[in-house]
Amino acid sequence: MIHTHILVCGGTGCRASQAKEVQEELVSLIKDKFLTESVQVTTTGCFGFCEKGPIVKIIPDQTFYTQVTPEDARDIIEEHIIKGRKVERLLYEDPKTKKRISDSIHMNFYKKQLRIALRNCGIVDPENIDEYIARDGYQALGRVLSIYTPAEVTDIIKQSGLRGRGGAGFPTGMKWEITSKVEATQKYVVCNADEGDPGAFMDRSILEGDPHSVIEAMAICGYCIGANKGLIYIRAEYPLAIGRLLVAIEQARKYGLLGRGILGNDFEFDIELKYGAGAFVCGEETALIQSMEGRRGEPVIKPPFPAEKGYFDCPTNVNNVETFANICPIILKGAEWFNSIGTEKSKGTKVFALAGKINNVGLIEVPMGTTLREVIFDIGGGIKGGKKFKSVQTGGPSGGCLTESSLDMPIDYETLLDEGSMMGSGGMIVMDEDDCMVAISKFYLEFTLDESCGKCAPCRIGNKRLWEILNKMTKGEATEKDLEKLIDLSHTIKDTSLCGLGQTSPNPILSTFKNFKHEYLGHVRDKQCEAGQCKDLLHYTIDAKMCVGCTACLRNCPVGAISGEKKKPHLIHQDICIKCGICYEKCKFNAILHQS
Amino acid sequence: MTKVKNLEELVKLRNKLKDKIQVRTITEGNDLVARIRVAMGTCGIASGAKETFEALISEVERLDLKVLITTTGCMGACYAEPTVEVTLPNQEPIIFGEVDSKRAVDIINEYIIKGKLIDGVVPQNYQSI
Repeated sequence: MIHTHILVCGGTGCRASQAKEVQEELVSLIKDKFLTESVQVTTTGCFGFCEKGPIVKIIPDQTFYTQVTPEDARDIIEEHIIKGRKVERLLYEDPKTKKRISDSIHMNFYKKQLRIALRNCGIVDPENIDEYIARDGYQALGRVLSIYTPAEVTDIIKQSGLRGRGGAGFPTGMKWEITSKVEATQKYVVCNADEGDPGAFMDRSILEGDPHSVIEAMAICGYCIGANKGLIYIRAEYPLAIGRLLVAIEQARKYGLLGRGILGNDFEFDIELKYGAGAFVCGEETALIQSMEGRRGEPVIKPPFPAEKGYFDCPTNVNNVETFANICPIILKGAEWFNSIGTEKSKGTKVFALAGKINNVGLIEVPMGTTLREVIFDIGGGIKGGKKFKSVQTGGPSGGCLTESSLDMPIDYETLLDEGSMMGSGGMIVMDEDDCMVAISKFYLEFTLDESCGKCAPCRIGNKRLWEILNKMTKGEATEKDLEKLIDLSHTIKDTSLCGLGQTSPNPILSTFKNFKHEYLGHVRDKQCEAGQCKDLLHYTIDAKMCVGCTACLRNCPVGAISGEKKKPHLIHQDICIKCGICYEKCKFNAILHQS
Repeated sequence: MTKVKNLEELVKLRNKLKDKIQVRTITEGNDLVARIRVAMGTCGIASGAKETFEALISEVERLDLKVLITTTGCMGACYAEPTVEVTLPNQEPIIFGEVDSKRAVDIINEYIIKGKLIDGVVPQNYQSI
């Protein structure tokens, strides 16, 4: 029977530093020592600790060896496996204490991710309320109803320092307090589940993985502000999340955790779903309320804020999914516990959806104040294909692109704003050297153009003009005057738009212009695209020295722009070439050059 | 399902259910051989988690094993979907990535029955409260 497992990291980073050789050496030593019946070597996915690779981990004792060379394999087998003594020199040394750490459980590196909002995701069965209850589910609601007054609960949330996870970061406790103080016969709790940023999927994952955490928190909010009705505004494009929410609500009702007289108290609360058609602007709370009322999803001028006049003119408290997911642990573990995590002004953790040119695409949750470098390189496992990091986009279409120089900044609401981006809902798209920043701004602007509701002129017309200028740039037709106009108009749109969508839509342009000015100038002055993305600015040519005349490009060219004889250098006819790039992909000899 | 009348009852219910879900407390006397969780968020399902789930169930039925298989939400490792977490009695859970129907069968026959790991383990790098 196998009693010891040796895990060898099979990530790209470790592979590059001889992980494969280490593994082969381990396997052959195990054979030599007749251990095949009891010890097994297995390749794993990336441990995300690439700078110290190759990584070897021993199970069950969780020993974590770093920078293992093929020569070290003998010691691991002879010392650790046979004699049971850990190989001290291969253990990870804590950079601060200079102490060797024997197992991964005690390594700070493995504490980089802390799951509060995602605490049950991937653990409980979302369609079984019993599993949620087993993990302290509905205990917070129970305690709130029997021990605290509404004001006391609101105070706990205020003390915790929790801020809205939907983007702007308004203090949640304060929002609850304001809504609770407005006198009215009917109030509402609204959960904003209209997640629309490109590349963001944390709210969906929470609703799909742990719907009860949101339901319970909404009931607690209802108790605090004096509302008996909760509404979840969710986009119809999230059918699985909707399905699981409906199951969860039904189960909570059956247990008497929703409805009348919850847990023997004189408190009534129930939840209904409202479906959105997937308009980005409906994530803005006033537009969301308009849409819920059955009107066009268009923002209205604030004040009055929804806290005073919201859903059908009743005081309404709107919070985002992730914000709600943080509530119950705060009640159970206390404001001080939550307060101790994070930075001075941003408390707790934040969930990010890692996407783009990164190895470990996925959903992560880190304490506020973690640096971008830790997120991208340690947790995300670095850039795909060993390419160079160029930029990371945070905050979706309202956010901005940050560069290498921001990598060591702690992530919190203020720092990201100072750096010219924003927290947003937590999408994080990583870009490498092959991404053209002008094209990226154009992409985000295309999104805002599609999603603009059209109510105010700066957003409706202005963004279209911005897009036209960017389009000219990518085609090499723009002048320096256009560039001036682009920046000038961006500021005007920011200053004069009605809602958050328009006020932030030029952010991708402004932040990329600030950080990658030379790329804009390159497109305008020299008609060059440094990253080789804007195809109108590219020229494909054949390097006669490299070309062996295999005819692969000639055969695959869709427009017959390539001529040449077998075994002789080929030629691309520029007047016919449509710059599709197929020849570049097909050439096995790196003979096709694409330059701007 | 009966209604939970007060906090006291809820606490009792929690304590009763806790052992059921805490897989690590599976002890020798318990006859459960393993607990399997299949990540079935939208991303998991899109990459074939439903087929994986069915393959796991049919293999467990075929071999008549006492294995508890449940669905769960996203485990966060989108790059390795479908992901499956397997917990053997008194052991740390192991997460396997890119589990298609074939690998699902392998997990049961190799890891659960023989205790052998198969390639493609996804290292877990978070702590949950």
